Amino acid sequence: MTEPLLSVDNLRTYFSTEEGIVRAVDGISFDLAPGERRGVVGESGSGKSVTAMSIMGLIEPPAGEIVTGEILFRGQNLLSLGEDEMQDIRGGQIAMIFQDPMTALNPVYTVGDQLVETIVLHQDVSKTEAREIAIQALDDVQIPNAKEKLFDYPHQFSGGMRQRVMIAMGLSCNPELLIADEPTTALDVTTQAQIMDLMLQLADDRGTAVLLITHDLGVVAGFCDTVQVMYAGGIVEAGTADDIFYNPQHPYTWGLLGSMARLDAVQQDRLHSIAGTPPSVIDLPPGCRFRPRCAFATDICGRILPQLREAGNEGQTVACHHADEMDLKTLAVDSSDRIVKQDEVVS
Amino acid sequence: MSDTVEEVQVDPSQLPDDIIMRVNHLVKEFPISKGVFFKKQVGAVQAVSDISFEIREGETLGLVGESGCGKSTTARTVLRLLEPTAGDVYFRSKERGVVNVATADRRVLNDIREEIQIVFQDPYASLNPRMTVASIIAEPMTVHDEGNKQSRLDRVKELLKVVGLSPEHANRYPHEFSGGQRQRIGIARALALRPTFMVLDEPVSALDVSIQAQVLNLLDDLQEEFGLTYLFIAHDLSVVRHISDRVAVMYLGKMVELADRDALYDRPMHPYTHALLSAVPIPDPTIEHQRERILLEGDIPHPSNPPSGCRFHTRCPVAQEGKCDVDEPEFRELEPDHWVACHFPEIKQVVV
Ligand SMILES: Nc1ncnc2c1ncn2[C@@H]1O[C@H](COP(=O)(O)OP(=O)(O)OP(=O)(O)O)[C@@H](O)[C@H]1O
Ligand SMILES: Nc1ncnc2c1ncn2[C@@H]1O[C@H](COP(=O)(O)OP(=O)(O)OP(=O)(O)O)[C@@H](O)[C@H]1O
Ligand code: SF4
Ligand SMILES: [Mg+2]
Ligand SMILES: [Mg+2]
Repeated sequence: MTEPLLSVDNLRTYFSTEEGIVRAVDGISFDLAPGERRGVVGESGSGKSVTAMSIMGLIEPPAGEIVTGEILFRGQNLLSLGEDEMQDIRGGQIAMIFQDPMTALNPVYTVGDQLVETIVLHQDVSKTEAREIAIQALDDVQIPNAKEKLFDYPHQFSGGMRQRVMIAMGLSCNPELLIADEPTTALDVTTQAQIMDLMLQLADDRGTAVLLITHDLGVVAGFCDTVQVMYAGGIVEAGTADDIFYNPQHPYTWGLLGSMARLDAVQQDRLHSIAGTPPSVIDLPPGCRFRPRCAFATDICGRILPQLREAGNEGQTVACHHADEMDLKTLAVDSSDRIVKQDEVVS
Repeated sequence: MSDTVEEVQVDPSQLPDDIIMRVNHLVKEFPISKGVFFKKQVGAVQAVSDISFEIREGETLGLVGESGCGKSTTARTVLRLLEPTAGDVYFRSKERGVVNVATADRRVLNDIREEIQIVFQDPYASLNPRMTVASIIAEPMTVHDEGNKQSRLDRVKELLKVVGLSPEHANRYPHEFSGGQRQRIGIARALALRPTFMVLDEPVSALDVSIQAQVLNLLDDLQEEFGLTYLFIAHDLSVVRHISDRVAVMYLGKMVELADRDALYDRPMHPYTHALLSAVPIPDPTIEHQRERILLEGDIPHPSNPPSGCRFHTRCPVAQEGKCDVDEPEFRELEPDHWVACHFPEIKQVVV
C-alpha cells in the first residue's frame, strides 16, 4: 500500500459552551491516499465541518480545542505545527473551499488582487508571474475573459462564478489535498452539475486528493472513490462508494439511503424515514449513539460505544455491535416509520 | 392538438368539477425605481410573466425550477398575498362557489383564506419565537374568530396529534423543537381552519434527508385523510417526483413544461427540462458514472431584462437563430395533458 497522504488518528475536537461540552468530533480515525476522492456524509451537526476545520488548523481556542489525536499530513503531525507553518500549508499544500464563497472572498479587493496575493504567498514567483498564473487559473475554471475578470470585485460575479473563483484560488498553488465543504449546496442544480464536472476534471488531471463534505449522497455517488458516514461526532461506516451504496452494513447508512427520494425510481408510497432525531452532542449517553433510533439495539448497545471494525466487504468498516449478525435486507419500516425487522411489521 | 391556453374561455361558473383552481395569464412584476424623493420607475422585475395552469381537486401539483424563476411569487400571487399585475385566479370555494381571487374584495378574500393555507420553507423564521406552540397553532382560529378558548385548545391538541407531536408540547416554545418538529408545527397551524387547498413552499428544503422523509410521509397521510389539494413548490426534483401527480417546470418567470409526473420524468420534451433532470445526481455510483449530463453554458439572466423570443434561447443547446431569439414559443398541448413551450420540442430520456 502507498503511504497515506493524510492520516487522522483518534481525533477529538470539543467546544465548551454555556450548555456544556460539545463533543463535535469524538474519536475519529481515517486515512486518505494520494489522489483519493473521499466523501464525508452525515446529518447536520454530525461533525463534518469541524473535521475539516480541525485538519486546516482553524479551531479557535479557548472555546474550541483538539483534545486528543494526530493529524499526519505526508507524515508530519499538523497539530504540532505553529501558526506560521500552518499558514504555509493552508492554501498551499492543502486548500479549502467553503459553502459560501462570499465569506472567503474579501469584498473590497478585486478578484485578481486576491488571487495574486495567495499565489505570491505560497509560490516563489514575482507579481507579474503570479498574474499570469492567476489568469491561467481563471481560465482553467472556465471563466470567460479571464484577463478582464481579474479587475472585477466578488459581488460582480454570480454564485456559481464565485465558486469557480474559489476553486481557481484553491487550485492555483497545486495543492495535494483539496477540502471542499458543501461546495455546491448553495447553488442551483444545473450550476452544481457544472461545478462538480469542473472539480472532477481538475482533480483528475492533477491527481489532487479531495475530501468532499456534503449531505447529498447523489453528489458523492458521482464524485467519490470512498465514503465515510458520520453520526453524532463519530464515523459509523466507511468503505468504497460501492460498499456504502450497494452493501451498507450500518442501520443508519441503510436508513439514510432508504429515506432519499430518488429521481430515477417510481416510489413506493412511503419513504423509509428514520424515526426520531440525532442526539445532542452535549451530554452524550454511553453506548452507541444511534441506539435510540435503532431496531437492532440490545443491552450491550446501551453500555459500550462500538468501534469501527471490518464487516461486509473486504476493507469496509462499521461501528455496530451487531454488524455481522444482522441481515439488513430483512429490514422494513413500520407504519410509524420505525425501522424494524420484517417479521415484526405490524400495520 | 394545438389549442393554446389563450383560446380557452373561462366562465367562472363553468370551472369543471374536477378543477379546484385555474390560473389564467397571471403576471407579477416588481417595479424598479430610482430617486430618493421622487421615485421614478425605471423598469420592472418580470418575476411571473403570463402563466396559465390548472390544479385538480385532490391532486399534488409540483412546481419546480431554479432559484429566482418565480415559484414563490406565483404561490403568493395566487393566494393574493401579493397583488397580481394582471391575470385571473379562479378558485372553487366551498362557501362562496367559484371566486376570482385576483379581483375578489376583502370580505370574500377573508372567507376563502380559511380554505387556502400556505406553509413556508424556513421552520425557524416562520414561527414567532415568543409565542407558545398552542397560540401559534390557534392563531388562525383566533384571527377568524372561530370557536371559544376551550374548543380552540381542544383543536390544538388534536392537531398536534395529527402531525405526530404530543399534546403535552402545547405550552412549549419553538426553540425547544428540532427543524422537523417545527415544520410539523407550521403544518398543524395551516390545518387549523380545515383548508381544502394548501400551498407548500419548499416545506422540506431546510431539513435533513431522514427528517425530510418524515415530513413528506406526513403530508402524504394528511392528503389522504382530509382530501387535500397541494401546490408543492421545491427545487429538489427527486422529492417532487415522489410527491406529485403532475409537475410544472418554470424558467425565468415562464412555465416551460407541464405534464403528468411519469410523462415529465420519463419523456420530457423541453430542452430546459432535459438539462434540469440530467443535472440531478442519483445516489447510485454505477448509474452516475454512466449518465450523460447536459451542461448549460453561463448563468440565468436576470428577470429585469429577460431575453427576447424564448427566454431560454441564450443557454439552449438546440436554439436556432432567427427563430428562438425572435418568436416567443406558445405553451402548447403536444400530447394529451403534456404542455410545452418550445419551437423544437423533442422527447428525450435523460434520467437514466
Ligand atoms: N464554534 C463552535 N462552538 C460550539 N459548538 C460548535 C462550534 N462549531 C460547531 N459546533 C457544534 O459541533 C457540532 C458539529 O458541527 P459541524 O459544523 O461539524 O456539523 P456538520 O456536520 O458540518 O453539519 P452541517 O451539515 O449542518 O454543516 C454541532 O453540534 C455544532 O453545533
Ligand atoms: N418583493 C420583491 N421585490 C422585487 N423583486 C422581487 C420581490 N420578490 C421576488 N422578487 C424577484 O422576483 C424573481 C422571482 O422570485 P421568487 O422568489 O418568486 O423566485 P423562486 O422561484 O421562489 O426562487 P427560490 O427558489 O430562490 O425561492 C426573483 O428575481 C426575485 O429577486
Ligand atoms: S424555443 Fe428554442 S431556445 Fe427555446 S427551448 Fe425551444 S429550442 Fe430552445
Ligand atoms: Mg457543515
Ligand atoms: Mg422561493
